[in-house]
Amino acid sequence: MSLRPFLDVILASLVLGVAIFTITARDLFAAVVGYVAYGLLLAFVWIRLYAPDVALTEAAVGSGVTGVLLITAGKRLGALKDVAPDRQPGLALKLLTGVLAALVASALGAVILMLPDPPPSLAPEAAAAADGPGAGLGNPITAVLMSYRSFDTMLEKIVLILAVVGVWSVGADKAWGDAPAPLRQQKAYAPMVFLAQMLAPVGALIAIHVFWTGANAPGGAFQGGALLAAMWMLTMMARLAQPPRVDAQWLRLALVAGPAVFLISGLAGGVVAGSFFAYPQALAKPIILFIEAFMVLSIAVALPMLVAGPPSERQDQ
Amino acid sequence: MITLLDLFSIAAIGVGTFFFFAGTVGLLRFPDSLTRLHALSKADNVGLGLVALGLIPRADSALSALKLIVIWALVMLSGAATSQLIGRALRRGRK
Amino acid sequence: MDELLLAAAGLIVLAVAVGLASILRGSDVERLMAVQLLGTGGIGALLLIANATNVPGVEDVALGLALLAALATIALVNLLDTDQGDVEA
Repeated sequence: MSLRPFLDVILASLVLGVAIFTITARDLFAAVVGYVAYGLLLAFVWIRLYAPDVALTEAAVGSGVTGVLLITAGKRLGALKDVAPDRQPGLALKLLTGVLAALVASALGAVILMLPDPPPSLAPEAAAAADGPGAGLGNPITAVLMSYRSFDTMLEKIVLILAVVGVWSVGADKAWGDAPAPLRQQKAYAPMVFLAQMLAPVGALIAIHVFWTGANAPGGAFQGGALLAAMWMLTMMARLAQPPRVDAQWLRLALVAGPAVFLISGLAGGVVAGSFFAYPQALAKPIILFIEAFMVLSIAVALPMLVAGPPSERQDQ
Repeated sequence: MITLLDLFSIAAIGVGTFFFFAGTVGLLRFPDSLTRLHALSKADNVGLGLVALGLIPRADSALSALKLIVIWALVMLSGAATSQLIGRALRRGRK
Repeated sequence: MDELLLAAAGLIVLAVAVGLASILRGSDVERLMAVQLLGTGGIGALLLIANATNVPGVEDVALGLALLAALATIALVNLLDTDQGDVEA
């Protein structure tokens, strides 16, 4: 199969080229465009490495959500046009930063190049353990996430909540409880509104499909939740919806629903199936899907809240 | 043993790939931003459409073929709307 | 037949890669168009790869990409609007 190395070389050099462009870009728009392109290219790389789940997550989070995050941040920074120009960092500081970055990169490279062949891996153990206590799931990644390493996954969702709390706490004291600034100040034009109206329902369906099919095929709760988050951000960017108030009950309930259900299932597992986070063998798959449904809700609410930012004082009302 | 359907697939995918190249050439060589937008939307709609059309006979199941059509429809929908948005951005940029 | 499909996928990636060169020297909007082309070309290549190899779930990635390409474009157009300074709330 002589074509594959050729394809790989093109892909690898593209990724490198776009990364260098993103770092050296002179203005914000070029850098953000480069970053979105970089995320898309990385998704192809993951596909090439036979990891479609990660590819979906990379496309959804890496270029979708993070791209919008950078854009929102860039817009808000751009609004600070009357700030006095910063002092440029001195030559010594630039040299030091360069040396540190080079050290980190060469350490990473050395580690990868010095790996024994075949490299040590927990994959066989994880796959074996996931078949056991678990799951009856067709997708080994979901089995590992929700059964073998369920505690880690729950903690990750709690970290998301902490991140949202951190972002909210940056708001001014007077604005506490208000809604974040809208994602788009100007009136939206008709094509944008049309696209959001058509795409959002379809996207929501696709997100639910990706979550549901994650039990047996590549997909899963995080990918579905990230796609749902992208659809909500789409409607907010077209001004069909506004970021909700930070003290809204439903918002806070939705945020904690995922980790809460996860934790309760884990504790219940201690009572019903013998140990913390064990699932009764016969009911494993329905329980996992039940927990994942709430996780999708939490992720779909947390990610747009991270992008929307801290509550801000309303200028118009 | 290449069947007629295979020939159709090869032809459709081949022309679709050609349109992607045409889109790239247009993006790089057309004189004006608006004409480049025109080239881009050809690659989007026709290029991807022909590729999807060529893959439909080779789909494993009806659901798979339906997915191909849904992807094509989504790309056409978003391509149409984003062409309008880009066109407007171009027009405002040079007012 | 699979080889042909993979070759077509490679060609599309090549075409899109060359188109990305437009990011370097184009105006802002042309960079946006290059990313659009990357997204669509990526979807085309992914569909071909999904059909040619047996990796499961690649069409779902193409489906997700179709949604996200639109999201990225709208977000970037929003950024352009702010840059061009119209505030007609």
